[in-house]
Amino acid sequence: MTARLFKIFCAAVTTLGVIVLVIVLFHIFREGLRWVDVQFLESFPSRFPEKAGIKSALWGTIWLISLTALFSIPIGVGAAIYLEEYAQKGAVNSFIDINISNLAGVPSIVYGILGLTMFVRFCGFDRSVLSGSLTMSLLILPVIIIASREAIRAVPGSIRHAAYALGATKWQTVKSHVIPAAMPGILTGIILAFSRALGETAPLVMIGALAYVAFVPEGPMDSFTALPIQIFNWASRPQEEFHQLAAGAIIVLLAVLFAMNSLAVYIRESAERKHK
Amino acid sequence: MTLKTMQQSTTANVQMEKPVLTAKNVTICYGANQAVKDVSLSIHKNRITSIIGPSGCGKSTLLRAFNRMNDFIPNASMMGNIYFGDVDIYSKDIDPVDIRRSIGMVFQKPNPFPKTIYENISWGPSINGIKTDLNELVEKSLEKAALWEEIKEERLYTSALNLSGGQQQRLCIARALAMEPEIILMDEPCSALDPVSTAKIEDLMFELKKRYTIVIVTHNMQQASRISDYTAFMENGTLVEFDNTVKVFTRPKNKRTEDYVTGRFG
Repeated sequence: MTARLFKIFCAAVTTLGVIVLVIVLFHIFREGLRWVDVQFLESFPSRFPEKAGIKSALWGTIWLISLTALFSIPIGVGAAIYLEEYAQKGAVNSFIDINISNLAGVPSIVYGILGLTMFVRFCGFDRSVLSGSLTMSLLILPVIIIASREAIRAVPGSIRHAAYALGATKWQTVKSHVIPAAMPGILTGIILAFSRALGETAPLVMIGALAYVAFVPEGPMDSFTALPIQIFNWASRPQEEFHQLAAGAIIVLLAVLFAMNSLAVYIRESAERKHK
Repeated sequence: MTLKTMQQSTTANVQMEKPVLTAKNVTICYGANQAVKDVSLSIHKNRITSIIGPSGCGKSTLLRAFNRMNDFIPNASMMGNIYFGDVDIYSKDIDPVDIRRSIGMVFQKPNPFPKTIYENISWGPSINGIKTDLNELVEKSLEKAALWEEIKEERLYTSALNLSGGQQQRLCIARALAMEPEIILMDEPCSALDPVSTAKIEDLMFELKKRYTIVIVTHNMQQASRISDYTAFMENGTLVEFDNTVKVFTRPKNKRTEDYVTGRFG
């Protein structure tokens, strides 16, 4: 009897989650879909809803994510390899361990304040794409490190021993066997981290990514805006049309997210197939 | 007769040729726990030496000490010396990586790399800069491990994980052979295999001892008596008896050895 009830409960909450998601998506698509066209993608924001578009926000997001990937992936994966394979297990290591776990739970606005103080003011990068992506990198580094460490730890010791018994050095073992075997897990972590970065708004507001930018960034030092900020800006206006524009921008954001995830899943699957 | 003097006399008995591997007063601890206690024995060239004994007697630990695989166990420490020829393999100026190139190892559970059969065998030689025709080396190694007939060209580039357990273990032997080692250490290589695969690997070992020296840890006493030239019996970390296999199994000097090999305990 209890077992049956539990099963029904689980099925009910699963359905509930899906239903809520469908309602939200339906609402957004009904409101925003008719605004999404080539003109919408190729226009800068405007006071007139018919003329407004997301060109600067979309390109700002692309710049932001590209630079964030450039900074966070090598540092995150490198740190994970060091901590798992090379670092001596001991007090220092477990201190770092606890801190990384805690950092993963720090509210994103705190990273915004850090970015504002550190990159915008202290380093003098101003309100640039560079400041934004460095802040975003700090935000997602703990996620990448934790996921990569889990993946590396899951590589069976027998594989390492097999390599060592053939006279392999640590570097050869890590490069040829540990990293390839951990790659699907590492990529999953990176997907999760970037999905988060794509939707993050608070730290960008904090470091002053502008809501109205009428140009596309041409270098890392240019100021920028991003899709979530554009959405926030439109959604907070009183006119109904701008709410619909916000819904349109959400559709584009979801599409970008979906495209990125699909690509990452594809890369992960092909990496996994190579190891079967 | 004390245990110590008995060990010395048994060592003297089997010292007919110059040993290729010699353990002198080897003690290995995991933290405060002594897994191997003051063991001395010699391994002879082109012979199969088996190490038998009940679970937890330290036989695998001793085996792993021969190619410094215990280095990867964080709290393991060793006293005494192990000589490979005249080289003390635990001396400070020895790189354990070099030792493992000459002393290969086959593990209890088959552990092929999750790659193709070809890559499994060619990886070791290629990272160690062995400049031979890799295709030929792969084929020769598979032949020596009696696996070529079952694989041939067509399966060479398929995943090693599709092989059966017995085939995987022979692949691991082929992988070790591709490095042209002098000694092959085998840690219960047949314990995860069925009797047919076990028989194949035993046949293979007879073939291999013409060119290589083999040390095998086994739980299976029939196996030890069938395949090995010398047998070491260990109990609670100490070497109880070490002699010709025939002597150990038919006229053991020590009462405990007799009890063990006749199946009265363990």
